[in-house]
Amino acid sequence: MTDRWAPVALVLVSHSRALAEGAVEVAAQMAPGVRLVAAGGTDDGGLGTSFDRVDAALRDATADGRSAVVVADLGSAVLTAESVLELMDEDVAARVRLADAPFVEGAVAAAVTAHGKADLATVLDSAQAAAGTFGPARPLRDGSSAPVAASGPAGEAPAATAPVTAPDGSVRATAVLRNPLGLHARPAALIVRMLAHLDAKVQVNGMNAASVLDLMKLGAVKDDVLTISAQGPQAAEAVARLVADVEAGFGEV
Amino acid sequence: MTLDAAWAVDWVRRSAATVAEHRDELVELDRQIGDGDHGENLDRGFRAVVAKLDGLDAPPASVGDVLRLVATTLMSTVGGAAGPLYGTAYLRASKSGTATELGPDGVVALLEAALDGIVTRGRAGAGEKTMVDAWTPAVAAAVDAADHGAPPSAVLAAAARGAHDGAESTVPLVATKGRASYLGERSAGHLDPGARSSELILVAAAEAAAAAD
Repeated sequence: MTDRWAPVALVLVSHSRALAEGAVEVAAQMAPGVRLVAAGGTDDGGLGTSFDRVDAALRDATADGRSAVVVADLGSAVLTAESVLELMDEDVAARVRLADAPFVEGAVAAAVTAHGKADLATVLDSAQAAAGTFGPARPLRDGSSAPVAASGPAGEAPAATAPVTAPDGSVRATAVLRNPLGLHARPAALIVRMLAHLDAKVQVNGMNAASVLDLMKLGAVKDDVLTISAQGPQAAEAVARLVADVEAGFGEV
Repeated sequence: MTLDAAWAVDWVRRSAATVAEHRDELVELDRQIGDGDHGENLDRGFRAVVAKLDGLDAPPASVGDVLRLVATTLMSTVGGAAGPLYGTAYLRASKSGTATELGPDGVVALLEAALDGIVTRGRAGAGEKTMVDAWTPAVAAAVDAADHGAPPSAVLAAAARGAHDGAESTVPLVATKGRASYLGERSAGHLDPGARSSELILVAAAEAAAAAD
């Protein structure tokens, strides 16, 4: 075991083998080293869920004493997972939680949290909170559009400002995104993981920088100005490191 | 007159036969408001159950043993929601009594346990256009028949009629549970496949009991 051993594993249950494996791939990219087990499709490779496959995946995930959070796609995948848990040894079932979460977003949020060596309840919470990152249901044909990406004042060159400490003790700065894909999944995960070790609450354009999904929801792209604000004992360091990462293009320039 | 393991085995064989016979109908019902695999799934599941029964060294000793075999086999072989739902129904039913033979009250307990399993696993209530809409009136009819002193075969016949009426009642409903709920209003005007298969299975139970009389 390396010292990156994450005590909570994830089992991703889907009607589709490809979807389960794809979700594992996406989550793994953002949370290397977390045990992620795919359980998708029927035993003969068709669409549907397999009791035996989910059962095997859960045993695999919880071998060597790990706990596991299960994220499932559509309803009957949840039912299959519940049936497996009902018939499983109690001491294993006691280490497993079934998340009520959107499949991809829940998997990604849970994986990143698990990467921080969080406990079972915390990983479960982050999976379930993923549903909240979608806005309220929009009425049809109202002309509304996706969340507007933050951008600098029209016609002016994007500007960065050095960190300043406000009267309330919070530290603020702005920085301009330099990498071609902007604040996509990979940099969002890097930010969350970097900040996890610092004693500070950080917001980027008003969104919680401890949440991968909230950061991605900004849809911030190259040349967008990020307004960074931090509170707490390590606020200054958090802001400085975040600004540095943004300006370095997260290693993508 | 009581129902024993031999009745339960006959029930399973008749269930397999009726599900195979009505496979295309169930597929078509599921194609209208689901993903089109209910008939195949159940047919595959019951064929597997029959194969397991045929492979036993000795006949099962009790109704509970038969039902447990059905439960675990269906859970592992029936895809979709039907696997966990029917699996849990049969599993709870298998634990509904310790007697090796069932009188009228034992039959009622079996049916109530099955419905309880479905509701617990699927979390559907009445009127959501699911198999619950067949099992609920089936159980109510069984309770009523047993209260009036009917023997087990008449209790099951009442349950089968209740299931039939319940399945028919799903036609105008808008689905609020399961895959059909994604269709919303478009699900109205179609009979729910899970309710129909529930009817077929309960009719098989009644016919097996009538044959044992």
